[in-house]
Amino acid sequence: MAAEMEPPPLGNAGETDFRELEDGEDLFVSTVTTLEYPEPSSPEPASLPAEDISINSNGPKQKDVSFDDDPEDLFAEATEEVSLDSPEREPILSDGPSPAITPVTPTTMLTPRMDLGAADMFERSLDEIEEDNNGDTFDIHIAVSDPEKVGDGMNAYMGYKVTTKTSMTIFNKNETTVRRRFSDFLGLHSKLASKYLHIGYIVPPAPEKSIVGMTKVKVGKEDLSSAEFVEKRRSALERYLMRTVKHPVLLKDPDVIMFLESSELPRAVSTQALSGAGILRMVNKAADAVNKMTIKMNESDAWFEEKHQQFENLDLQLRKLHASVESLVCHRKELSVNTASFAKSAAMLGNSEDHTALSRALSQLAEVEEKIDRLHQDQAYADFYLFSELLGDYVRLITAVKSVFDQRMKTWSKWQDTQLLLQKKRESEAKLQFANKPDKLQQAKDEIKEVRSTLEGKVEQGEKDFELISKTIRKEVSRFEKERVKDFKAVIIKYLESLVQTQQQLIKYWEAFLPEAKAIA
Amino acid sequence: MTSTLDDSEKEKARSVSVDLNNDASLLIDIPDALCERDKVKFTVHTKTTLSCFQKLDFSVPRQHEDFIWLHDTLVETEDYAGLIIPPAPPKPDFESPREKMHKLGEGEATMTKEEYSKMKQELEAEYLAVFKKTVQVHEVFLQRLSSHPILSKDRNFQIFLEYDQDLSVRRKNAKETFGSFFKNMVKSADEVIISGIKEVDDFFEQEKTFLLDYSSKIKDSTAKAEKMTRSHKNVADDYIHISATLSSLSVDDNTALKKHLEKFADLFEKLRKVEGRVASDEELKLTELLRYYMRDIQAAKDLLYRRARALADYENSNKALDKARLKSKDMAQAEEHQQQCLQKFDKLSESGKRELTSFKGRRVVAFRKNLIEMAELEIKHAKNNMALLQGCIELLKSN
Repeated sequence: MAAEMEPPPLGNAGETDFRELEDGEDLFVSTVTTLEYPEPSSPEPASLPAEDISINSNGPKQKDVSFDDDPEDLFAEATEEVSLDSPEREPILSDGPSPAITPVTPTTMLTPRMDLGAADMFERSLDEIEEDNNGDTFDIHIAVSDPEKVGDGMNAYMGYKVTTKTSMTIFNKNETTVRRRFSDFLGLHSKLASKYLHIGYIVPPAPEKSIVGMTKVKVGKEDLSSAEFVEKRRSALERYLMRTVKHPVLLKDPDVIMFLESSELPRAVSTQALSGAGILRMVNKAADAVNKMTIKMNESDAWFEEKHQQFENLDLQLRKLHASVESLVCHRKELSVNTASFAKSAAMLGNSEDHTALSRALSQLAEVEEKIDRLHQDQAYADFYLFSELLGDYVRLITAVKSVFDQRMKTWSKWQDTQLLLQKKRESEAKLQFANKPDKLQQAKDEIKEVRSTLEGKVEQGEKDFELISKTIRKEVSRFEKERVKDFKAVIIKYLESLVQTQQQLIKYWEAFLPEAKAIA
Repeated sequence: MTSTLDDSEKEKARSVSVDLNNDASLLIDIPDALCERDKVKFTVHTKTTLSCFQKLDFSVPRQHEDFIWLHDTLVETEDYAGLIIPPAPPKPDFESPREKMHKLGEGEATMTKEEYSKMKQELEAEYLAVFKKTVQVHEVFLQRLSSHPILSKDRNFQIFLEYDQDLSVRRKNAKETFGSFFKNMVKSADEVIISGIKEVDDFFEQEKTFLLDYSSKIKDSTAKAEKMTRSHKNVADDYIHISATLSSLSVDDNTALKKHLEKFADLFEKLRKVEGRVASDEELKLTELLRYYMRDIQAAKDLLYRRARALADYENSNKALDKARLKSKDMAQAEEHQQQCLQKFDKLSESGKRELTSFKGRRVVAFRKNLIEMAELEIKHAKNNMALLQGCIELLKSN
């Protein structure tokens, strides 16, 4: 089932065609066309010679809108940030109800409980998807752009334009544009997580909150660092949505569709820390952490054992690599700053030099170094957006993968607990048989029998759930790995091409300078 | 550690000044040096045909302090007041690589064995580079002297080259150290004098303006160039860590990504070597060049100070003579004194003009040579990088 992929509509120079080389039996292969990672709406920095990248059509607009009052925002993000010390930011909910339900939100699919109905529905939906995808090819492109500050002061927020272009029939229109704010994205993720995580789907994590970054923006600091922050966030939001819709099950989720199409979205207040939902989330997280420590699963399936270990290793290595690349970005930015500073100094030296030809050469040197400074800036940009952010995304994704494994453990644990309970009831039932209280006996016997048979049903369901989540995880992991291979391959090549660009420019600049140096007489 | 520099390396190293060591009658070089903790012992080797020396070919061990003694002695010699005394070589400074080595040791636990050994290699190379630079700069100092028609004949210089025992007996003792400190203080007062003095000669007026301004600019450029090359080195070091982690990832990976990661890791290892060389070439051709001429400009300024002082002396002697004439007392004395001051001043001006003109020529030639070499090296390294990158891209795309 290896399909030849077409290059995506927004073609850039030097793109590769991707071929699915892996075994093609996976359901999801054919559904996923080549949507390159990343797909920023802004043009690639490496192919723009010495242009100022931060000023592009998707940069933050410079206008200042008047403030509106919304006191909740300030405290929400602040408290959430401070109290949670785990790196996981997405709410990993246990099988309790989703706290993200505000009265207005119609979750038409289902409420996220261990309903007997739910599992069946998903099983069915998996089959549906097989059919569906063979008919309706995956063709969707989402762009997040035009960040605009809404409101003023600490109650301000950034609004983003979300444009969906698609030919798929599950959407109402071929092209939709809506405006969303950051908490809307978090709200979407929260809903998806509560619906899908506990049954084994790897739900892509939403970008992280950041008090420092947002505060600067709110306060109206229109400097380079807040512009950079907004661009970083915009790009992250775009990647988040693309990853979410690449998932064949999530793509069809009504919350996702509503997010992309609906002009008005109810405020996702539950993403705030001080809301009841937020507190519930924190409590759940703590409970989860404790549970994880106490559950000792008898792993009968070597595959899971192996995969679990693999992901642990991968996590460690990716974090390390991410840290090194972040250091690289930092040093390259430093290099750029120091080069610019040297360029200025060389220009002054050239002015001061009284030997004419040498003076000219020094001025030329200053110009070359100035151009090189911009090259370094562009390269740092590529280092970050291509390499560093990819790694950051995958570090967060692996957290989601690990949580899915945990969910399986919990499912198993629940099943086992139910089984134990059943055992106890059976023992009680047996004891009753031999008890010598005939009058109360029948009533008690009936009661216990009822409880026992309900439990038997539950145990059966528990086993089914466990098997289902195991099956889903296998599929999900396989899909994840394929995506990972594709993403990394694509990014590695793109990144190398950015490095090539830089070197090409360097050659150009120094070759232009050489005759100037030789001209010193 | 000992280091013997072969001829080609010396040719490269000896780049901040040109036209040195060409006169076969007196050839000086530092063929090797020994580094013991903080002290560096240089072996100064002389080959000569001059009769003032006892032997034709001889070597002596010298320490940094001996060079400083020689320099200061020359500065204090009245007869050389009209010459630009080549700047003293700076003290060998291994602080930076030593500090880095220390930090590396602390961070050893967080790295793989390979990573650690690569970082260690890099640091050892840096250490070696500092070592080579200090040898070069001491060598250039001596060669400047030997190439100078007047300074090469200096008796102390000859003692320095020849005296086969410890020079420390002749070196500064504490009292003399204070003396030189005082002299430095007086010198800063001289700056005020210089700016205040009414210059009679256009040439010197121009030179003064130029040197004062250029001196501060080149100091600034040196510092900025240093920062720039250091950042470059940091980037190269980051590549080491990235390469190491990519390697580990590749080893653990069992998907189609394995080969990709392996090649990517390999590429970064190669790239970092090139980047390291870019950084060190920039350091040598640009930063060292600026650093050297920063010191040389200071030596030229010193010449101007001495001349300005002589001018001040002359003017004072004129005033004294006028006074003496008025009082009709000690006139002969005052006249003689005035004559001496005038003579001294004229001598300084004449020799100073010569020295400053040849200094400019020397400076322009050195800048030209180094800038050309730097540009050529940058091009070479960038082409190298490109070849590596394109090669890797080809390989990855064909997979």
